[in-house]
Amino acid sequence: MAILFGSQEWVDALKKVLETSQPYKEAAKKWEGDLYIIVEPDASYKNRHVLYLDLWHGECREARVITDENEKSPKYRIFGPFTNMKQILDKKVDPVQSMMTGRIKVKGDMAQIMKMPRAAVELVNCMTGFETVFPD
Amino acid sequence: MWYFVAPKVVFGQDALSHLAELKGRSAFIVTDKNIVSLGFVDKVREQLSQAGIQTAVFDEIESDPSLQTVQKGVAVMNQYGPDLVVAVGGGSVMDAAKAMRVQYERPDIKPEEINPFISDLGLGAKCKLVCVTTTSGTGAEATFAIILTDTADQRKLSLINREVVPDIAIVDPELARVMPPQITADTGMDALTHAVEGYTCAWKNDFADGLCIKAIQIVFKYLSRAVKNGNDMEARERMHNAGCIGGIGFINALSSMAHAAGHSLGALFHVPHGRAVGMFLPYTIEYIGEAREELWAEIAYAIKLEVPEGKRAATVLAQAIRGLAREINQPLSIEQMGISLDSFNKAMEKLVDNVMSDGSLIVSARIPSVAESEKFFNYTYEGKSIDF
Repeated sequence: MAILFGSQEWVDALKKVLETSQPYKEAAKKWEGDLYIIVEPDASYKNRHVLYLDLWHGECREARVITDENEKSPKYRIFGPFTNMKQILDKKVDPVQSMMTGRIKVKGDMAQIMKMPRAAVELVNCMTGFETVFPD
Repeated sequence: MWYFVAPKVVFGQDALSHLAELKGRSAFIVTDKNIVSLGFVDKVREQLSQAGIQTAVFDEIESDPSLQTVQKGVAVMNQYGPDLVVAVGGGSVMDAAKAMRVQYERPDIKPEEINPFISDLGLGAKCKLVCVTTTSGTGAEATFAIILTDTADQRKLSLINREVVPDIAIVDPELARVMPPQITADTGMDALTHAVEGYTCAWKNDFADGLCIKAIQIVFKYLSRAVKNGNDMEARERMHNAGCIGGIGFINALSSMAHAAGHSLGALFHVPHGRAVGMFLPYTIEYIGEAREELWAEIAYAIKLEVPEGKRAATVLAQAIRGLAREINQPLSIEQMGISLDSFNKAMEKLVDNVMSDGSLIVSARIPSVAESEKFFNYTYEGKSIDF
């Protein structure tokens, strides 16, 4: 059954996939740091979503929808307009190319990402590892 | 959306004289001691002096330059305050110069922090970068990649940002004439690996494809001649061009698994970059196999290889590359590089760790697991064709 993107159920589903994905565990075995995925409103969707993931050495310690953006001070913030996020999850565009062209932006310790680029790729692969329905 | 980025390329006989047409006040020449001893730095200074440009030389770049060397060079550069940086040398020199230029212009960014996601480096305000290549294959004169060695962590850092691309690439074949056969072979295999990976990686694109195919054709036709007779200036010139063409081709698509494996091996055993990636190339073709069969066939067609009925193009192409490597006395396995089985086994965990975290791996058409990577390295140690 398709799960609504941006909902707590969607984040729970992602956590489950992260917990079972061997490629993610291998790629992120040294990853240390939590992150916000911030979906910004655009012409096709007017709401803002903030999803929180606490990722540590290949494990997902916490995953939930955030209502108050000031609640946490995550190591990374990945943000971009809804349409661009949707294109990534639909596998229509490459996530790293999206970041390299500024369609998706990342703030945080870039040296760690450069040391573990596959962790970021496998994280996105996990996001596409279950059926998603979009709210637009 | 994607970009195609390249410097202004000045190529062919006498391309070096373009330096005399540059505008500027002072140039900081980044090079190594060998290039100085060959007299190339004097030639460069002579051209720059005709343009009224003063020069200072930093000749301390080592093979596989470290972060520390870059920082040392930047300190000297800061004192001199140039408006031109001129790199004269091979890939190590040019990569170090690119990193030094970034830190000179953006002291707030450490070399290891250069990444593809910074969209506003703002380079060019303080100085321009000119790369004069003396080897034929790294393509560093035309790319926006910087390979540095993190000696503390025993790994190579692949740092990429589009703005890092040199302003001008000088591709003068005369500078390649004295290149020893071994370096000609090593860097030539690097050019081939760039072009094959650029043509077949996940980010391949129409703008890069033609350049990659052309570079492959030139390497297959001229590399052996350039290795066997350094004074064969037709071969020298075509290989010098192929290195640059392949560089522009691959950097706009990216290199792939052979580079990931080559960086890993090179960081641990100090094998020259081109020799390492060239040795891995046929194995990665076999490993990726089916996922790119149509593209292997296209490359085979471009270099007039016959793919017999029932045989895979990947196998035929891998064999042809091994044939070329054999012809120019390149190693076909890790063992043939003189690395003992004992030291190889001891390094295995780090070898795999490095390859799994290498940025080049993410664009491979087939990405190995940890277990597959270990198996891959074991096969390449023995020289056994990949069958998994």
